[in-house]
Amino acid sequence: MVEGNHLAVTSWLVSGRALFLAIHVLGIVGFAYIVARRLVPLTRAERDLRFDQPLARLRMVLKFWLGQWKHPRYKTAGILHILFFSGFILLAMRAFTVLILGVSYNFVMPGLAGKAGHIYEIATDYAATVVFLCMIVAIVRRVVFRPARYEVPAKFGKSHKADAIFLLALIAVLMLADSLFEAAKAAGQIQPGQAIAFGAVFSLPWLLKVALASASLPTLGRLYFSGYLLHEVSFYFLLCYRPFGIQFHVETSLFNIYFAKLDRAQLKPVKWGVSDDALDQVKSFGVKTFEDFTWKQMLDFYSCADCGRCSDNCPANAAGRPLSPRFLTIKARDYAFQHYPMFGKPGNGKALIGNLYSEDEIWSCTTCGACEQECPLLVEYIDKIVDLRRGMIDDGTVPQSLQKPLKAIESRGNPYGKLEKKRADWAGAKDFQQACPVKTLGKKNGAETLYFVDSITSFDDRMQSIGRATAKILHHIEENFGILGSAEKDSGNEVRRFGEETLFLALRDHNTEAIKASGVKHLVTADPHALNALRHDYKDLPPVEHISQVIAREVKSGKIRFKPVENGDKVYTYHDPCYLGRHNQVYEDPRHVLDAIPGLKRVEMKRSRDRSFCCGGGGLMLFYEPKEEERIGVKRVRMAAEAGANVIVTACPFCMVNIEDAIKVAGLEGKMSAIDLAELAEQHMVRESSEGQPKVGEIPQQCVTGR
Amino acid sequence: MARIFAYIAHKGGVADDTAAELAAAARKIDAASPTAIVVGSSAESDAVCAAVAASFGEVWKVANEVLFTRNAELVRKALVKIVPAGSIVLIAHEHFGIDLAPGLSIKLNSAFVSDVLAIDGVEGRSLKVVRQEFGGQINTHVNCDISFGAVITLRPGAFKPVAGPPLGGTIVDKSAEVGALAAGRRYLETIAAEAGDVDITKHTVLVSIGRGIQEKDNVGIAQELADALGAAVSCSRPVVDAKWLEKSRQVGSSGKTVKPKVYLACGISGAFQHLAGIKGNPFIIAVNKNPKAPIFQVADVGIVDDVLEFLPELTSKVRELRAVAAK
Amino acid sequence: MEILVCARRVPDTSENEIQLNSAGNDIERDELVYSINEPDNYAMEEALQIVANTGGSVSVVTVGGEDDEEVLRREMAMGANHGILLADDAFAGSDGRGIASVLKAFVQKGNYDLILTGVQAEDGGAQVGGMLAAMLDYPFASLVNSIEILDGKKLKISREIEGGNKEISEIDLPCVLSIQTGINEPRYVGMRGIRAVASAPIPKYGLSDLGISAGTVGADAAKVKRVDYFIPVLGKTAEMLNGSREENVEKVLDLVAAKGGLK
Repeated sequence: MVEGNHLAVTSWLVSGRALFLAIHVLGIVGFAYIVARRLVPLTRAERDLRFDQPLARLRMVLKFWLGQWKHPRYKTAGILHILFFSGFILLAMRAFTVLILGVSYNFVMPGLAGKAGHIYEIATDYAATVVFLCMIVAIVRRVVFRPARYEVPAKFGKSHKADAIFLLALIAVLMLADSLFEAAKAAGQIQPGQAIAFGAVFSLPWLLKVALASASLPTLGRLYFSGYLLHEVSFYFLLCYRPFGIQFHVETSLFNIYFAKLDRAQLKPVKWGVSDDALDQVKSFGVKTFEDFTWKQMLDFYSCADCGRCSDNCPANAAGRPLSPRFLTIKARDYAFQHYPMFGKPGNGKALIGNLYSEDEIWSCTTCGACEQECPLLVEYIDKIVDLRRGMIDDGTVPQSLQKPLKAIESRGNPYGKLEKKRADWAGAKDFQQACPVKTLGKKNGAETLYFVDSITSFDDRMQSIGRATAKILHHIEENFGILGSAEKDSGNEVRRFGEETLFLALRDHNTEAIKASGVKHLVTADPHALNALRHDYKDLPPVEHISQVIAREVKSGKIRFKPVENGDKVYTYHDPCYLGRHNQVYEDPRHVLDAIPGLKRVEMKRSRDRSFCCGGGGLMLFYEPKEEERIGVKRVRMAAEAGANVIVTACPFCMVNIEDAIKVAGLEGKMSAIDLAELAEQHMVRESSEGQPKVGEIPQQCVTGR
Repeated sequence: MARIFAYIAHKGGVADDTAAELAAAARKIDAASPTAIVVGSSAESDAVCAAVAASFGEVWKVANEVLFTRNAELVRKALVKIVPAGSIVLIAHEHFGIDLAPGLSIKLNSAFVSDVLAIDGVEGRSLKVVRQEFGGQINTHVNCDISFGAVITLRPGAFKPVAGPPLGGTIVDKSAEVGALAAGRRYLETIAAEAGDVDITKHTVLVSIGRGIQEKDNVGIAQELADALGAAVSCSRPVVDAKWLEKSRQVGSSGKTVKPKVYLACGISGAFQHLAGIKGNPFIIAVNKNPKAPIFQVADVGIVDDVLEFLPELTSKVRELRAVAAK
Repeated sequence: MEILVCARRVPDTSENEIQLNSAGNDIERDELVYSINEPDNYAMEEALQIVANTGGSVSVVTVGGEDDEEVLRREMAMGANHGILLADDAFAGSDGRGIASVLKAFVQKGNYDLILTGVQAEDGGAQVGGMLAAMLDYPFASLVNSIEILDGKKLKISREIEGGNKEISEIDLPCVLSIQTGINEPRYVGMRGIRAVASAPIPKYGLSDLGISAGTVGADAAKVKRVDYFIPVLGKTAEMLNGSREENVEKVLDLVAAKGGLK
């Protein structure tokens, strides 16, 4: 290397020192100002307790930020993002070095001198190239392939494409500028006639260096200067432009993930730091204006990368309901930008419902959690929907179709308005009582286990059979169990998620007292919504299980054995209920049970486990009349047909209602049927009688115990 | 026994069906022939008086152009001038009767009992009647002290007209006694209900749905049956209140009056306000999950079943039949 | 505008099964759930919407006892500014006219521009509004499904008449209107709202406070008395088809065809 030549090029920077320094100052001060202004609404927001458990939070950062854990769920975009994200991380040191060079032209980053520096340079050359290529691919995707989830429906405004392409192009320019800068310097180091030194061959800087190999030193010097200027200007332009759009996530993602919710199963309380007893003092419940959001919720709005994965998986959105989670966030972000401008006073807060969001938009959500499952930035949705609903309930803005069941729950403890004393009638039929006596717990009757039936299974003619099947299974495994009968009220899972916190607390207190008075050590239920409420919303209760977990355990222990399926034509598929699967991570037990039934043919739908597609929602959602293009359940039933199934097995009474209904609406009666896991298990259970013996002539099947 | 008057409802110069019903009801209170009261414009009242003279011993006519609008406030003022103290006044229990009767009873200083289903007779000073409460879920016997007279509204359709020789009642013009009329309420106009896409009053077969259809999406089940039968879908009030069908499809006292040949009442409980819209004695087939639904008392044939299950099967059978017939 | 809404606490028809009690002389009341009479609730919502536009206040009144206070509180939670209970042993057993007399005495103590009642309550009487108006000599309109304020002295109202038609009239204030369900969409009142008004004062007025003479109210003054409840002996009922669903469907098809229903 000829020092002289090298310096001849790099020393060109000296002449621009004042300019570069000015740009630095402008850029940094500008960025600081912009960020400070962006933080203003957060200072007026509600509190959010996110400063606990730093180690757990750092683990989240490692997994989801550095590890990009959720990104590969969409392969192409995921790999692209991992590539250029890694590129950026790697390039970070280089970027800082380059910036400092403007004021100190021969600066070398400590630790990156000599060999280490050389290796780093090669690595970053490739990194810049990869990032550059990724930008090109990303632009091509946007222009040519146009993935559906990026499209902006007319009702939500103009397309975001131009802005997206602009930003992608800017990053490409940044890489180009950086490469040009490096290439000019490197080219200056080459002696005429000397072989081109080993470097990052075929990288962008290398290619440019080769192209510039025969340029004169003054030319190189000018290119070095221009490259630097372009780099600095693009860098600071990007830095200051990012907080005005979705690219703000570059800065906020780390914080958003650090402060993300550690336990997704816990719903946000009405106000952090206010205990349930003190709620009467709270003046207003829920989110009515923008400032009612917490600072973390506002940070979520800033951190959205507009990737559309949430809406792509949202069942309400797929059905054509007014809700699109992505736009819930983008609209709020735009509101924040509009009402908290860079200069001037914040605007007057308007009511969110009616201005930013429509009522139906917020009532449409089934709280299935698919959006939260997908979001790579861990944006939280359910809490926001619940908070907005709390606000509407507080203001009385509730559709008549929901007022009726809410009132019925208040007066009768169930949304149907049926008499409390009839809650245990499902267990009362004579022949059933004889085969499987179900005791009601009280002063005279105690038990180890409580079967919490909940409202739909107690009162709906069709779902009562799930109750009876569950009871028969518990009876068969000799579980000492009982039910609360008329002392049981609705578990309140949807009551809470529809924003009626006060009514929920009344239900919770009532049920908790009844459960504690019964003295049981375990709880079991066949209703995933009840499971969710009892496990997460209720406090200090004995452990709760879903019946599928019980059956799976007893299949493994041998206490439950199954006889073979009778009808060989049936192809079964298991539909993961949202509140059993995504919300409570029970995916394998129900499958284990199905696979333990000899001869049962099972197929998996494309969207299964944590990607399961909601059936349409349960609890109060059954009463709401949404405006939609196609029923959510109908979409799910078609997915089952597509997978080649003719029987859908589910483990939730609400899924059963929606799916059986959808089968009729889809015109698939006779071609598709549905059955509950407990019903199916009970039908195939081998009892201590001649039932279990294979019939003469039947081929004995091997009992499959787990796969 | 006090004198009995019957307020005659009429439209376009034609007396309402309830006129004959009121005459029949009056017979249950006292054998003496009741007096009809007809108020309206000159042209109307002449025509109606002539028509009802056959059922009443005497007809009092109050002709006053302002009464063409049948403003209950004005009518009340007119009646108070001519009805003697202590009289019994019978009025049909529908939108006009509800407007007129309670205030009339106060101004006449008489007792008031509404929506009477049956009259059991007079015992001393008490008139014994039958009413319903809780939306028709239960009946009640009521005694009304008629010593100072009474204003009684009667449920339309509850009293069967009594056939008999025409009475040739005298028509007495009471218009002059009434004099000028003014009130704190003034009629402006009548807005006709929006004509829907389907005119249920023109169909001979109706598939009528009620609350039992459970939700908006199930309306299609009824429509499919209607299509297969060449019929139209109509409904009861709760379906319109829930906005599952437009008002033009409602059968009932505040909806349309229909005269089909066949009426399929699906998931309809049979509240009288709905039945009040069914005239012409059609063949009524009722399907309802609740064996105690009042509709089974008026239907010709009843099936206790879930309409959501029954209707689709009926639809496929109808289609089968059509397919066979087409061959 | 000062609006008075007359409300009533009734057994909720949608959440109760009305049955005769074992003695056979009344309905079984032990497990009844009570709530505000639905049409009265629509009237309250209408009053609140009017006052939101014109300013003024809404008062809600009921004739009853301590049990009926809960309905007043619910309407106050909904937004009514004042709740008043008219209670006195002397009022027990009043017929419709008696109730209207009590209300009339109360109205005359105040200065209300508009009085709203629901069209009817669980007994289907549909009388108190009309009676009250006549006693006060205020104009009256029943089955009102739309109200428009013309100016401080007049309203334009729509009444529901036959065939779904609407009768439009002008009515002078002060007046009494009985409100039909469906006139608006009443707002939701949750447990929280009711708790918030749990200790709001509700003045109580009796016979002497209102200046009513004993002979005009109560059981003795009532001209109309309910003797009993009964389930009617069914006369002509439907011929019930008791076959399987398939059999019933066939039978129905035959009947429809026979009656000329298949074209």
